[in-house]
Amino acid sequence: MEFIQNNLELVYFVIFCIFIGIEVIANVPAILHTPLMSGANAISGVIMLGAVIMLFQIPPTNYLLLCLGGIAVFLGALNISGGFFVTGRMLKMFNTKK
Amino acid sequence: MNIIVEVGYLIATVSFLGGLKFMSSPKKAKTGNIIAASGMVIAVVFTFLAIMFNAVPTINLIVILAAITLGTLAGKRMASKVEMTAMPQLVSLFNATGGGCAMLLGLIEAHQLDVNTSLTGIKILLLLGLITGAIAATGSILAYRKLAGKTKDIRKALVVVSSRLLLALIVVLPITYFAGVLPLSFEVMAYSMAVLSLSYGILFVLPIGGADMPVVISLLNSITGIATAFAGFVYGNKAMIAGGIFVGAAGILLTLLMCKAMNRSLLKVLAGKFKKTAISGDTEDQNIKPISISETTMQLTFANKVAIVPGYGLAVAQGQHLCGQLQKLLEARGIQVDFIIHPVAGRMPGHMNVLLAEANIDYKHLKEMNDVNEDMSHYDLVLIIGANDVVNPAAENKPDSPIYGMPIIKTHESKQVIVMKRGMSTGYAGVSNDLFGMDNCNLLFGDAKDSLQDIVNQLKLI
Repeated sequence: MEFIQNNLELVYFVIFCIFIGIEVIANVPAILHTPLMSGANAISGVIMLGAVIMLFQIPPTNYLLLCLGGIAVFLGALNISGGFFVTGRMLKMFNTKK
Repeated sequence: MNIIVEVGYLIATVSFLGGLKFMSSPKKAKTGNIIAASGMVIAVVFTFLAIMFNAVPTINLIVILAAITLGTLAGKRMASKVEMTAMPQLVSLFNATGGGCAMLLGLIEAHQLDVNTSLTGIKILLLLGLITGAIAATGSILAYRKLAGKTKDIRKALVVVSSRLLLALIVVLPITYFAGVLPLSFEVMAYSMAVLSLSYGILFVLPIGGADMPVVISLLNSITGIATAFAGFVYGNKAMIAGGIFVGAAGILLTLLMCKAMNRSLLKVLAGKFKKTAISGDTEDQNIKPISISETTMQLTFANKVAIVPGYGLAVAQGQHLCGQLQKLLEARGIQVDFIIHPVAGRMPGHMNVLLAEANIDYKHLKEMNDVNEDMSHYDLVLIIGANDVVNPAAENKPDSPIYGMPIIKTHESKQVIVMKRGMSTGYAGVSNDLFGMDNCNLLFGDAKDSLQDIVNQLKLI
């Protein structure tokens, strides 16, 4: 309860995000479901921000954590770049020909 | 200084939303992808700005920059090499990396937290992020292996029972821990949850059949999004929370859509069950009328309006390019060719559309099932390639059929149907198809790709 009280603003934010997200995504036509999914997948790579913030705080002498953190950032970056590039490649094929 | 970073995250959040919004039309989708990607770059740059104000050890900075560079290059390479038929595998693989990142994040934070007495709320969120991330990571890797044909379905009772047991443990252990019953350090707790969740991820995907993969991929995608949102809470980072929730919403929405298109509940899909009813004798009663390649070609040239219903069999046979050629040849003769696509055709939501777009078929000709079912009778000829259950009229008129109630493409209402098939085998549901015995239906036996090639060759000659 204390946690919710301290973060009431965030709770509102989350609820609005859920509704806006569903509203926006429900309008995507079936043709674009695969690009939508890989695009959304790339967006979930935003988790990398967390990994970066955390890596800044790790003591530079703790090599184990540094290594794990490095892997986490690597995976996040792979998720982001792979996701956006592959979505772009797919969408390029949906061009109308004149 | 902090406010600058907050504004950066605000811009990022809005661009994620704008990017997804632009996905609603094929014309704008490309711009949408670029907007979302720029939002991501902004978010990363501002994160660096936020921390640059403090002194940062050089080693950490080097590790971060190296990891980002390597990850970006590897992602780009994988994205540019993949075949369009292998798209579901790649998306699962990328999903696994996101989940893995979330899990590692939880583990490392558990180390850092152990010393100080932090809020229980933060600990709960950390564990939730870790659990969801780990499930998404191994689940996606297994989904990837299944899609690539490297792992078979295993439906032994042992797998199902142990996966349920694990799930119960994953739910019960943290509750007892936070109730103060378990005398463990948070670090030990985090590691054991990671191991349990990783194994659960494997066991939960193991019994699920190949045709249910669209559901599983969407679900795992959504779980990764939720993991991201949990991690966002831990850091109070709004870009992460919003991004995670949008992805979670997209995943859940697609999951339910896929379930509806197969007329199965999510729980049944997850249990790996399929309603099996013994329907016998149907096949023998059917009056099967085979048709030859040259007859098929003739019929195609006599038609005014042709529809092609592609199924996963087309993707397996890699026949999408031949479909494109066929369409061009017929259009040159003034014949209109549409593609009618069932929502679950392919191995992930919308997969068939991507394959046909790859074969240079204009998206205007890609029709959704519901848009054309009403005026099916206007089609002179419907060519069914590698689809079976989704065109079975039993779904409409046989209440005792396992697929009864599933939305289908009503090809039997068109003037003439030709089904390309390897043999008389049944579809995924294991039911015989009433369509084959109907008066207006002919069967063209043979490999889909070879048959298409022969038809294209003959059309070129005429």
